[in-house]
Amino acid sequence: MSILIDEKTRVVVQGITGGEGTFHTQKMVEYGTKVVAGMTPGKGGTTHLGIPVFNTVAEARLKAGANAAAIFVPPFFAADAIMESAEAGIEVIVCITEGIPTFDMIKAKAFLRGKASVLVGPNTPGVISPGKCKIGIMPGPIHAPGRIGIISRSGTLTYEAVDQVTKLGFGQSTAIGIGGDPIVGMKYIDLLKLFKADKDTDAVIMIGEIGGTAEEEAAAYIKKEFNKPVIGFIAGQTAPPGRRMGHAGAIISGGKGTAKEKMEALEAAGVHVAKSPAEIGLKVKEALNKK
Amino acid sequence: MKIHEYQAKQILAKYGLQIPKGEVAETAEKAAEIAAKIGPRVVLKAQIHAGGRGKGGGIKLANGAEEAKKLAKDMIGMKLVTHQTGPEGKIVKKLLVEEALEIARELYVGIVIDRAREAVVIMASTEGGMEIEKVAAEKPELIFKEYVNPAVGFAGFQARKLAFQLGLAGETHKQAGKFITGLYRAFEGTDASLVEINPLLITKQGTVLALDAKMNFDDNALARHPEIQAMRDLDEEEPLEVEASKFNLNYIKLDGNVGCMVNGAGLAMATMDIIKYSGGMPANFLDVGGGVSEEAVTNAFKILVSDKAVKAALINIFGGIVRCDLVAGGIVKAAKEIGLNVPMVVRLKGTNMDAGKKILEESGLAFYAADTMKEAAEKVVPLAQPQVKRS
Repeated sequence: MSILIDEKTRVVVQGITGGEGTFHTQKMVEYGTKVVAGMTPGKGGTTHLGIPVFNTVAEARLKAGANAAAIFVPPFFAADAIMESAEAGIEVIVCITEGIPTFDMIKAKAFLRGKASVLVGPNTPGVISPGKCKIGIMPGPIHAPGRIGIISRSGTLTYEAVDQVTKLGFGQSTAIGIGGDPIVGMKYIDLLKLFKADKDTDAVIMIGEIGGTAEEEAAAYIKKEFNKPVIGFIAGQTAPPGRRMGHAGAIISGGKGTAKEKMEALEAAGVHVAKSPAEIGLKVKEALNKK
Repeated sequence: MKIHEYQAKQILAKYGLQIPKGEVAETAEKAAEIAAKIGPRVVLKAQIHAGGRGKGGGIKLANGAEEAKKLAKDMIGMKLVTHQTGPEGKIVKKLLVEEALEIARELYVGIVIDRAREAVVIMASTEGGMEIEKVAAEKPELIFKEYVNPAVGFAGFQARKLAFQLGLAGETHKQAGKFITGLYRAFEGTDASLVEINPLLITKQGTVLALDAKMNFDDNALARHPEIQAMRDLDEEEPLEVEASKFNLNYIKLDGNVGCMVNGAGLAMATMDIIKYSGGMPANFLDVGGGVSEEAVTNAFKILVSDKAVKAALINIFGGIVRCDLVAGGIVKAAKEIGLNVPMVVRLKGTNMDAGKKILEESGLAFYAADTMKEAAEKVVPLAQPQVKRS
């Protein structure tokens, strides 16, 4: 099994006719993802890469049976795209777009409250359930089907962890990038709950970074309720305060959100914390042996 | 993005908020002229992008135009060191010359985004003039908070409540409520990420105004606020960081001597961390973007090596969608163009990494190759140390 997406997932790509949308739709299709529809306002009725294009997400859902969305639209239109998908009843919305204004995301998240949709991202490489479905921009070949869940705020650092896990022969059940922005959709706890219920996930890797308190909140949840081994890494142990480290959300402000605080909180919750990013894979091995 | 106090006050004034009378001076003569107009008692405030100016000698009271001129002469061009500038300080180029006001009370109002609650929060405190982090740590009960409902906006009753909690009454209470509401409108209208009025001044006459003002903005929203973008002061930024931003590269200068260049912010931070873990200190953060192009690599390479503090460098690329051979091509091109002045360890991982490594080997340039992050970090750290002989 896997969480969020699997071989039955039917994807609509919002912004399919754009450069990024086109390129990554091809890659997703090559991986085996069922991309059943595209959506670009004004291009409804045409096809792109052999995929039918619709004017609205609601139509893509109705006519092509889409139940998940991949968003590749420019930053100033992305929050609107998220809301459109949610309104159409899309179950899993994955927003790849980087650079969405924070205010737009606050409004989009308020709009999502009470709706059945879940949002992954924005500013994420996406979600992959290896061998089944990939919604996003991560390289497919480094992944392998397996029993390790991965939740991360990063892109290439996640690939690094995935690669280490794959090399050690473990593979992943599902790997999710929750996004590097200050305001994102699903957070660690939402996904830990899904991994807890997933019989085919044995352990979870949590890759965090400086800024915010999401890791601390996750640590509190893990301590209280999570019953599988968790391996953690926090990027930004050497990051200076007050500076935005690439990701809009990666900033230590007012002395809060340091890597040290997060690592301590995770350790106190029984998480196997890797101090060096090179040790993530080994920590997984260690954690599984202890079990 | 950060702006100066005087710029923040200009924005506040546009939103109908009261600010002290004042003007900006770049020369001592101009400061005297302003003092003559609005004085006699004026405050000279150094305009730099850092707090703690008062303690460092960046805020001075002058009595009359003559004294203003004399003080301004010393202040303009001075190197101002505060706890936020670092030991290198900032050169003062502009002064804000303002009327000196009679202070009855100093309060605090700040607006930020609460990430955990996913909402804008307005904070008010009776402890104006102090660092709010200190108040939060020592007397959290003196900070009052109101969260903004994103669908509705900041409600009138919330502003009134805060003003009552600040212990205000009558006409002053009314003014303060209006001020806080206007401040929220300025925050939302400019896509700010932080607004801080510290202190919010209540004069002896009961007038409410912004004695100081700090505004930061959401970089992701700047493109829809050209008037804010125009306020960017490049003098306040590290020259290499300005250069990097022209190529959409994320570069932050740090104190160490091991340069690094990485694709992706998380991996870039992790690379800095592993350099430290291996006994070195990173000289910078440099993210060329997850989907790095050959051109980005070339530009990044130039920026990386133009920092004289860099004694050795580590290039860590995890090629996913991006092919390692393309990245290698960019590195070689840049190295041939500007020379390989420092030892450089290159770790290429992912798609076409073997082809990439081959390009580096065949370039005839002395790159050090590494397969893993650990190996790369352990190779580069000794290379950055002066006592190690380079072969």
